[in-house]
Amino acid sequence: MTTDVIEQDSHDEHHYDHKMTGIKRWLYTTNHKDIGTLYLWFAFIMFLTGGALAMVIRAELFQPGLQIVEPDFFNQLTTVHGLVMVFGAIMPAFTGFANWMLPMMLGAPDMALPRMNNWSFWILPFAFAILLGSFFMESGAPNFGWTFYAPLSTTYSNGSTAFFVFAVHIMGISSIMGAINIVVTIMNMRAPGMTYMKMPLFVWTFFITAYLLIAVMPVLAGVVTMLLTDTYFGTSFFDAAGGGDPVMFQHIFWFFGHPEVYIMILPAFGIVSTTIPAFSRKRLFGYSSMVYATSSIALLSFIVWAHHMFTTGMPLFGELFFMYCTMLIAVPTGVKVFNWVATMWRGSLTFETPMLFSIAFVILFTIGGFSGLMLAMTPVDFQYHDTYFVVAHFHYVLVTGSLFSLYAGAYFWLPKWTGHMYNDTLSKWHFWCSLISVNLLFFPMHFLGLAGMPRRIPDYALQFADFNKWVSIGGFAFGLSQLIFLAVVIKCIRGGEKAPAKPWDGAIGLEWTVASPAPYHTFSTPPSQQDIDNADQHEH
Amino acid sequence: MSTDDDKANINTSTGISNNNKTVRKLLLVVVAMFGFGFALVPLYDVFCDITGLNGKTNDTAATYEAGGIDKLRTVKVQFITRNAKGIPWEFEPVINEISVHPGEMKLVSFYAKNNASHDIIGQAVPSVSPGLAANYFHKIECFCFTQQPLAAGKDVEMSLQFYVDLELPADINTLTLSYTLYDITEKSS
Repeated sequence: MTTDVIEQDSHDEHHYDHKMTGIKRWLYTTNHKDIGTLYLWFAFIMFLTGGALAMVIRAELFQPGLQIVEPDFFNQLTTVHGLVMVFGAIMPAFTGFANWMLPMMLGAPDMALPRMNNWSFWILPFAFAILLGSFFMESGAPNFGWTFYAPLSTTYSNGSTAFFVFAVHIMGISSIMGAINIVVTIMNMRAPGMTYMKMPLFVWTFFITAYLLIAVMPVLAGVVTMLLTDTYFGTSFFDAAGGGDPVMFQHIFWFFGHPEVYIMILPAFGIVSTTIPAFSRKRLFGYSSMVYATSSIALLSFIVWAHHMFTTGMPLFGELFFMYCTMLIAVPTGVKVFNWVATMWRGSLTFETPMLFSIAFVILFTIGGFSGLMLAMTPVDFQYHDTYFVVAHFHYVLVTGSLFSLYAGAYFWLPKWTGHMYNDTLSKWHFWCSLISVNLLFFPMHFLGLAGMPRRIPDYALQFADFNKWVSIGGFAFGLSQLIFLAVVIKCIRGGEKAPAKPWDGAIGLEWTVASPAPYHTFSTPPSQQDIDNADQHEH
Repeated sequence: MSTDDDKANINTSTGISNNNKTVRKLLLVVVAMFGFGFALVPLYDVFCDITGLNGKTNDTAATYEAGGIDKLRTVKVQFITRNAKGIPWEFEPVINEISVHPGEMKLVSFYAKNNASHDIIGQAVPSVSPGLAANYFHKIECFCFTQQPLAAGKDVEMSLQFYVDLELPADINTLTLSYTLYDITEKSS
């Protein structure tokens, strides 16, 4: 393990030679760190926006009956909440991590395609301006669910379909450009001597995720285009009256949609595979098996889509095929969970905030994985389908999964990004408040779902009242807890204890060989072979 | 270990041309997958035709292939109808259920009346349940093959001639033929 003492660069400003000032710096920037920062802030703003929508949803569901919003507006809230969180918060946040960390982890001076990088970020705000702007239009925002099933989004659309489709087109183009940049960077920009199997697992997961994006985002673009022509130009892709088939919409959508859920979780695996070894002071257990497990999950994700559609009246052999394939995914995922646990086994564990979030990730993501297995079983899925059980399941994997990993990663690299240590007490408050409230928020949803409470409905039967009250209280508490994170980040940017180049004694990786905060330009000369070997995650 | 000429390749011309090559390949994948999304539409139809998935029946007239009648077996065929949102027609089968022997040709009819004060063109879309039986249900003549224009207040009896295939799997004893009626006046004008 490297023990090099890195000389702190006291003349940071010298690195900022070519930097423009003010807004132009951010508009014209091609620097991977600037663009990473933009992505991360954008994702956090979208997270708060989507969260605010969720707060209104939970306020409406605090009591049975209709209190605050009209049912149609409730539908708009759930739809836009889903779209904003998926395409605006989680995905851009991971792209932000990719931009910040990939070049530094690979020993590259920047991303391979810096101008495209700028472009792929700056079209995003327009996409979300269109999507969120539709709230203020006569038609209202999309109200057909984030899955926009036809004919809800075609024949019965409230008129928002065009805005929705164009917003998704722009998000798709942005994601595809980001993914191409990641693949090209990883293939062509690795420092000499860094072979594929020496790359940090973090890099591997983003590599595989980028391929998934390149494969399925065009399919999403295609299916929304079909919606557009069905709604406005008289085609009948999904209109039975004209010879089309609404069930086909679901097939095409979920052909995109299922890989999409892995797009949102594989990078999370990469982040915790970095943090858990660091705070266990051990190498990652089973590096190669992690690479193969990630690849298998990605490949399997293409042949399981119809497990979202068990209730559409598939023949039995179809249901069995998709059930078994889905259950097969539990095998590589299990390999990963066991590897994380084995990494911690007999390690010298300490519980800094990134580690707390990582451990919470492993446990809570596994709960979400198990409820996923339950949903994969065709016969019982008929009971769970479209209930709060599904809502509980995907929030466990997306909130306590993806989001918690993002927090783990953010706390882990904040010292590298800002040059300051974050406020430890506040960060612990953030963790414990989030942990308790998130479980109060999502755990009772399992029971609500099993008892038959349907999702996406603004009212519910009286017997669900108690649980819903607790869920809403958990929701408000979780929402407020995220403001602590905002405070921690702002404090950390403004000042705090000066961070050394490597603040975590168990951390490995090339990013720790450069000063904190990372200079504006890093690795203009490639790292030494020894540094690369030291950063190798294999057990020795 | 590293020398100046194996610097990270962003600044070198070979590096840039490598990048361009990779970008071109990836863009090809993007275009191919966009096309694949649309290719799924005909692929889905072919797949459904072959497997009889989704209860899709033939949409053009089948010819009757005389292979005898299996008098030993009786299959129940049920008829149900449904109006899609917004078409003010009365639309129902004249008989709800009929028993047939496989291979035996039958003629049934459906009644439709336009209760609206304007002319409407209707289109009935059939579907068979269980879906796997769809390939064994042959329509020789069906009102669903063509559009049905009905003037305001007029009614009509529309016929369906069909037979059930001799090869119908033994575990299927009841077939349900469902028609959904759509208003396609706007689309067909």
